[in-house]
Amino acid sequence: MNEITQSRKPPVATTGILGWLRMNLFSNWVNSLISLFVLYILFQFIPWILNWTVFAADFKYNFNGEEIINREMCSRVLDPETGGACWAIIYVRFYQFMYGFYPREEVWRVNLSYIMLAIAIVPLLFDKFPFRKHFLKFTYVFPIIAFFLLNGGLGLEPVSTNKWGGLLVTLVLGCTGIALAFPLGIVLALGRRSNLPVISMMCTLFIEFIRGVPLITLLFFGMVMLPLFLPEGIDMDGLARVLVAVTLFQAAYMAEVIRGGLQAIPQGQYEAARSIGLSYWQMNRKVVLPQAIRISIPSIVNTSIGLFKDTTLVIIVGLLDLLGIGRGALADTTWLGLAYEVYFFVSLVFFIFTFGMSRYSLYLEKKLKTGINMGAD
Amino acid sequence: MSDDSIISLQNVNKWFGDFHVLQDVNLEVKKKERIVVCGPSGSGKSTMIRCINRLEEHQEGTIIVDGIELTGNLKNIDSVRKEVGMVFQQFNLFPHLSVKENITLAPIWVKKMPKAEAEELAMQQLEIVKIPEQADKYPGQLSGGQQQRVAIARSLAMKPNIMLFDEPTSALDPEMIKEVLDVMVDLAEGGMTMIVVTHEMGFAKTVADRMVFMDEGKIVEEASPDKFFNNPESDRTKLFLSQILNH
Repeated sequence: MNEITQSRKPPVATTGILGWLRMNLFSNWVNSLISLFVLYILFQFIPWILNWTVFAADFKYNFNGEEIINREMCSRVLDPETGGACWAIIYVRFYQFMYGFYPREEVWRVNLSYIMLAIAIVPLLFDKFPFRKHFLKFTYVFPIIAFFLLNGGLGLEPVSTNKWGGLLVTLVLGCTGIALAFPLGIVLALGRRSNLPVISMMCTLFIEFIRGVPLITLLFFGMVMLPLFLPEGIDMDGLARVLVAVTLFQAAYMAEVIRGGLQAIPQGQYEAARSIGLSYWQMNRKVVLPQAIRISIPSIVNTSIGLFKDTTLVIIVGLLDLLGIGRGALADTTWLGLAYEVYFFVSLVFFIFTFGMSRYSLYLEKKLKTGINMGAD
Repeated sequence: MSDDSIISLQNVNKWFGDFHVLQDVNLEVKKKERIVVCGPSGSGKSTMIRCINRLEEHQEGTIIVDGIELTGNLKNIDSVRKEVGMVFQQFNLFPHLSVKENITLAPIWVKKMPKAEAEELAMQQLEIVKIPEQADKYPGQLSGGQQQRVAIARSLAMKPNIMLFDEPTSALDPEMIKEVLDVMVDLAEGGMTMIVVTHEMGFAKTVADRMVFMDEGKIVEEASPDKFFNNPESDRTKLFLSQILNH
């Protein structure tokens, strides 16, 4: 082989850990200063938070054989000067955090629903999941099963939704809101772009109205005004009313996100679809929406994360979601002063879910970018 | 309209806003006839053929395709689109679908063909355009010439009686033009009714039964290729030919 064509090592290290450091953290003196500053902050902060949450914290549920049942017992274990978190409050209230006031003898139904939720969602997220087609059938019937399981009926003891709380309410609101708002948002987005003026105007009005109003207003609307519109004698469940409000709110945002994706689809795609004879719905379902949704995935996940966190607002209308239960725990005089622990725990649970969503969106983006090179035109 | 004509445009007028893009256009196309339409840009060539499968709506006059008049009637539009295939300048393949899926989409969903049969059909069409080995790739992985041939195969899979080509080689690199034109010549020799908007005068000379020259929304001249290239009547045509042939 000719010597000239032989590959040589790069002049300075651009590979390996050193190369990475040089490229990303110390590429010039401004970057180096910023990197050092950030490292200093992290160095100060991380040991402190690790110390508080783990090393100096009390994880024990028992103290000298006695169950820890109040704040005071916690302080006996912990050093008052350097002491960390007292996690006993989370232990004691864990049931409430997870299930609210769901009857203990029926709690297997919630646990079963949680497990089934995972089984329903995972094949939806990963298209290489084995036997995905069959699992997806389960995904479609899961909401019905979960409804009867949680709510009762079909031989199961009814459990009123005002006994639901904590993570259960958060997940029911978040998942149902996202799952219902997605198709509704697609229909609204298509409607807004429709050539039929009446449909387009109605969809636009709906979207703009909902987007122009804070979620709290909609929650009050659902709680107070929705019953007025219902025929007499029909009483709608409180949680269901909130769900209606949350779904409509999310649908309006979803519609705008998907409309953004639709606008990015070149006119030629529509023309090609029509020219081979596809109908309006076939064109949208097979050609336009798959591309539009792909483009909007980051924004779809973004609004979904937003909704998941906004579910905490239901405390305003008296539902006790995860945060609501946390606030309830803080109001308990035997545990006064443990706000850090409670808020830390609630934040952690929210973080696990939202971080999962955002990682998933990154994974999807990466996969779609490397897997399929979206056309040259 | 004569008995054997398959496409008939009578006094067709169309405006884009105030711009009169098609002015009293009359055109009769017989079965198996190959028409090449040329003219300067903005002369209404593309608009005219896009009216034939109603991608554009004409405002006055009559367009009849295979005995079906194009009006606002959606059922008629659907039937016409099943008869008429179209190939675009920008290919317009569906980037999220593989080559095979691009071709089977319409047979499966419009003609309700079973998937296996549609895939067999797709492979036949890919043989016709000479790229069966690309069946499982995605459009973004193909060259422009290959993409355009897939687009032709996608149209052919619906077994149209008429094919419209809207500047099919204008977006291609020079070395890929021939592979697309070759496929179109095969198609013409197979007896397909074709209307081709193109500036490829070599192709026009070999394939066309009739040349149509348009300028400023009007059909200025219609003639056999022989007469069109050697002895054109209108000065406008002469000028146009001198511009595109002498460079």
